[in-house]
Amino acid sequence: MASLTDLTIAQLGAALAKKEASAVEVADAHLAKLDEHRALNAFITETPEKARAMAAASDARRAKGEAGLLEGIPLAIKDLFCTEGVQTTAASHILEGFVPQYESTVTTNLWKSGAVMVGKTNLDEFAMGSSNMTSHFGGVENPWKRKGDNRKLVPGGSSGGSAAAVAAYMVPGSTGTDTGGSIRQPASFCGIVGLKPTYGRCSRWGVVAFASSLDQPGPFARTVEDSALLLQAMAGHDPKDSTSAPLAVPDFAAAARNPDIKGLKVGIPKEYRVEGTSPEIEALWTRGMEMLKAAGAVPVEISLPHTKYALPAYYIVAPAECSSNLARYDGVRFGLRVPGKDLGEMYQNTRGAGFGKEVRRRIMIGTYVLSAGYYDAYYKKAQQIRSLIARDFSQAFEKCDVLLTPTAPTAAFAAGEKMDDPVTMYLNDMFTIPASMAGLPGISVPAGLDKDGLPLGLQLIGRAFDEETMLRAAAALEKAAAFDARPAGY
Amino acid sequence: MALDKDTVARIARLARLKVPDEELAPLAGELSGIFAWIEQLNEVDTRNVEPLSSVSDVTLPLRADKVTDGGIAAKVLANAPGGAVYIDSSDKNAGGFFTVPKVVE
Repeated sequence: MASLTDLTIAQLGAALAKKEASAVEVADAHLAKLDEHRALNAFITETPEKARAMAAASDARRAKGEAGLLEGIPLAIKDLFCTEGVQTTAASHILEGFVPQYESTVTTNLWKSGAVMVGKTNLDEFAMGSSNMTSHFGGVENPWKRKGDNRKLVPGGSSGGSAAAVAAYMVPGSTGTDTGGSIRQPASFCGIVGLKPTYGRCSRWGVVAFASSLDQPGPFARTVEDSALLLQAMAGHDPKDSTSAPLAVPDFAAAARNPDIKGLKVGIPKEYRVEGTSPEIEALWTRGMEMLKAAGAVPVEISLPHTKYALPAYYIVAPAECSSNLARYDGVRFGLRVPGKDLGEMYQNTRGAGFGKEVRRRIMIGTYVLSAGYYDAYYKKAQQIRSLIARDFSQAFEKCDVLLTPTAPTAAFAAGEKMDDPVTMYLNDMFTIPASMAGLPGISVPAGLDKDGLPLGLQLIGRAFDEETMLRAAAALEKAAAFDARPAGY
Repeated sequence: MALDKDTVARIARLARLKVPDEELAPLAGELSGIFAWIEQLNEVDTRNVEPLSSVSDVTLPLRADKVTDGGIAAKVLANAPGGAVYIDSSDKNAGGFFTVPKVVE
């Protein structure tokens, strides 16, 4: 049998069911990988003791014939999900040492289905970033490197630790959250699958809030089928999140096991051909379309005219919601407190010292656009543009069933590149943000390597609450692309 | 649209963020750059377009007006940064207080 850490979630599930390995053995094998690759800085908190206890409990359940969907599967959890009794930091100094007294709904669902937590992964501070460089706990290293170049590359962000942990075979799956691309872009940079569900599919309860109208939890895995299995366990209606959709959870795994896309109409948005995209990514996009066509799909050119405005509109909406959400960090009830001569100064000192540069910048953008006299010019304008973006997508979906686009305009870049100017960093999310603004599901599938040997992903975007069609197309793309490259040394 | 140092200082105060004086000018430059880039939204005619505040088109659900939890004061106060004061130290769930700097003389 192959090494336990090489197996996918589906394969591990089969091995555990056949008693070829115990959950404790599976946990130990993965914990050894956490030890081996600690230098990547993918984890903020490792929880080996908890992992072994959860694995032992999983073996006991299996012995009683009570195995769940993810029974005995080790997972890494983005450190934005509150985990009862385990420090949850959002990669911010202001939450350092915060120990939640409750468990998020998504992680509760995962543990109910038998999964085992090995630790909490690193991220951009409060999920604000596209490189994982804004973490208070230091950047994460991408396990991939350019051929003949030893420079450390970023794993993307914000869910960089979760993506790197899966790419480095430390875990077969992990959770992320996606506000503007924070699952799909790191999945592309790390050569793995990342799925952002429809807004409302997974509960946001117990997830540290960034921009509430955009935030959505989702999975990372090495195969489309595994991502579907994780989503299956994570999703479901939750009365504790008022925006959680009161819908039954479809059989996502069955959709992912059915790559039949004969007659499926795949939309190619012409506005996604933009300057600044690497020619290799353009070529890969064309190849991806050819692969889907060869599998029986019908390409359809479509237009999303407001695409270029999605990014600047996002940089009003997301900071506005962030400035409001992050008002709770005032040093009174939890988190850091830095004393001052009076209450007002305590607030200012606490927030000045507790938040990093990018978070402060976004709070200030948000405060400004919501301040008296500017609301209509900025926030209302951005929400009107959001309407137009959503309308573009609904018109496009009258002509096609799923969209195919690049996930990111470039492959992974080196730590320190693109750091001079915030707007340059923001452009990383140009292909993922439009679907976020419309609340649509998206998935990044690794589709090839560039000339430097770095992985590149393609994105499929589905109709709202039609992850199944998107998963079928993703499975077809995965099968045709047959991506089996591994980062050297992992 | 260019933001000056004073505007940045005013936003920082509104946001309750302590920003050292020497950071105000560079921050004004960065924020001005971001807002200049955002200006392109003015190219879009949005007359008669309804703003979209949320993509979930469901009406917000109501639940019965009943108490669904309580008696967990110890959990509520567990992360209090200034330490908590409990009414009854032998039964922390009986209630307690966050401590804050003196507000009223």
